[in-house]
Amino acid sequence: MSTREIAGKTVRVNEEGFMTDPNEWSQDIAKIIAREEGIAELSLAHWRVIDFCRKDGISAGKAPTLRRITTHTGISTKEMFSLFPKGPAKKVAKISGLGKPEGCV
Amino acid sequence: MKKLVVLGAGTAGTMVVNRLRKLLDANEWQVTIVDQDETHYYQPGFLFLPFGTYQGKDVIKPKRDFIPSGVELIVSPIDVIDAENNSVTLVKDQRVLTYDFLVIATGAQIRPDQTPGLLEHEWHKTIHDFYTFDGALTLARHLEQWQGGRLVVNVVENPIKCPVAPLEFLMLADFYFQDRGIRDRVELVYTTPLPGAFTKPVCNRELSGMLQAKGIQVVPEFQIERVDPDAKKIVAYDETAIGYDLLVTVPMNMGDECIARSGLGDESNFIPVDKHTFVSPKHANIFVLGDAAALPTSKAGSVAHFAVECFAENFVRYIQGSELDPSFDGHTNCFIESGFGKGLLIDFNYDTEPLPGRFPLPGIGPFALLQESRLNHLGKLAFRWMYWNILLKGRNTLLPARMSMAGKMTPHQN
Repeated sequence: MSTREIAGKTVRVNEEGFMTDPNEWSQDIAKIIAREEGIAELSLAHWRVIDFCRKDGISAGKAPTLRRITTHTGISTKEMFSLFPKGPAKKVAKISGLGKPEGCV
Repeated sequence: MKKLVVLGAGTAGTMVVNRLRKLLDANEWQVTIVDQDETHYYQPGFLFLPFGTYQGKDVIKPKRDFIPSGVELIVSPIDVIDAENNSVTLVKDQRVLTYDFLVIATGAQIRPDQTPGLLEHEWHKTIHDFYTFDGALTLARHLEQWQGGRLVVNVVENPIKCPVAPLEFLMLADFYFQDRGIRDRVELVYTTPLPGAFTKPVCNRELSGMLQAKGIQVVPEFQIERVDPDAKKIVAYDETAIGYDLLVTVPMNMGDECIARSGLGDESNFIPVDKHTFVSPKHANIFVLGDAAALPTSKAGSVAHFAVECFAENFVRYIQGSELDPSFDGHTNCFIESGFGKGLLIDFNYDTEPLPGRFPLPGIGPFALLQESRLNHLGKLAFRWMYWNILLKGRNTLLPARMSMAGKMTPHQN
């Protein structure tokens, strides 16, 4: 476990760069991680997904799977791939300050 | 009379009734088990059917043979579980069973209907599966005639039952085609939504090296959207396409539809439960065991076995008013067939990834962890006898339910 500074805040991250405490997250942090993940600008559609993941992830104690996101937001899988290319569930979890999604043992 | 109802007489459900019938007083407890199918399938054996190593008869037995006396077996599909009123309605005669405690062990099924193009006119022609009895046997007949080309194995989405089975299938295919003398005419490709052959680093390194040495190409992060059965290609959400001559799909796995009808499951019909005790967080008299549970373990028989051992002891304490002991650690133990009469063995849990070493006795084995050996292959074959005669009947094995670090080498030691 290490720490890094994002948007003027020191946050704890794991070896893959996923934040380990969702309470340390802020919208500014999301914007910076998104840029690192190749998303220059977060649109309203991005925020809709991030908002759902934050709410769901914090109450469930784990990041939602892609299927969970599409079922509950009504956003199609195809659209998720264009919003968060290459592994949308993993990418949105990272941007939302949640751990890596489970379910791939 | 108290009532325990178990839904599903597969690996987990059968072990549950065998263990609990012995532990519960027959004068106080009525135990009932329900399943829609009369036949018990030895699912780990499906892997060997396509290559003719096992025949159909090697992997089936009547369910009834494994249900102990003092347990009622009802053969019927399940219509709906009414968790608020402690009752289950069966499809057959709309019979209603009431219960004091319910164990749900309805498993996971493949759902080729969830991917456009799979379950159409090419299904079981140029597109096959090996996760069902019929699918594996149909594929065996197809492989016998097949003269070569590009064989693509695609995992649609995780979690799947037995996550190493697709890799085993490819390694056995390599062996099979060499044996038939046509390996030079067969291209083997593995497409997976995961970033590599396996999720955990040490095991991934080992398995990736083996696949490469066998000339099996791995295409990671391939998230399939659809199959074009006429053009014979699989297409990912990012529009990457891969052509095939023979597609062996590992379709999306989902829990039973009765779970969805009962409003108990998640998006994939798997049921959330406590990962150390299997109790439902919403209903203190419902437990979920085996593949039906939404847990971060592998969906595998070994997990069900260790889970049932932990559960049975816990259940007896629980009905006497004690708290549940959070005893299950995610222990998983799998043989991995690698072809040419060899295999690997991996042993891991929620916190510890598969590591090299010896098992079960430190330094001695006889099984080698995360390393190819002939004995591991023989272990896998011998496991079928153990499954029918010891595991299903709820008899004790020498294997500890909880994982042990003894005999394992940590990444710093190797």
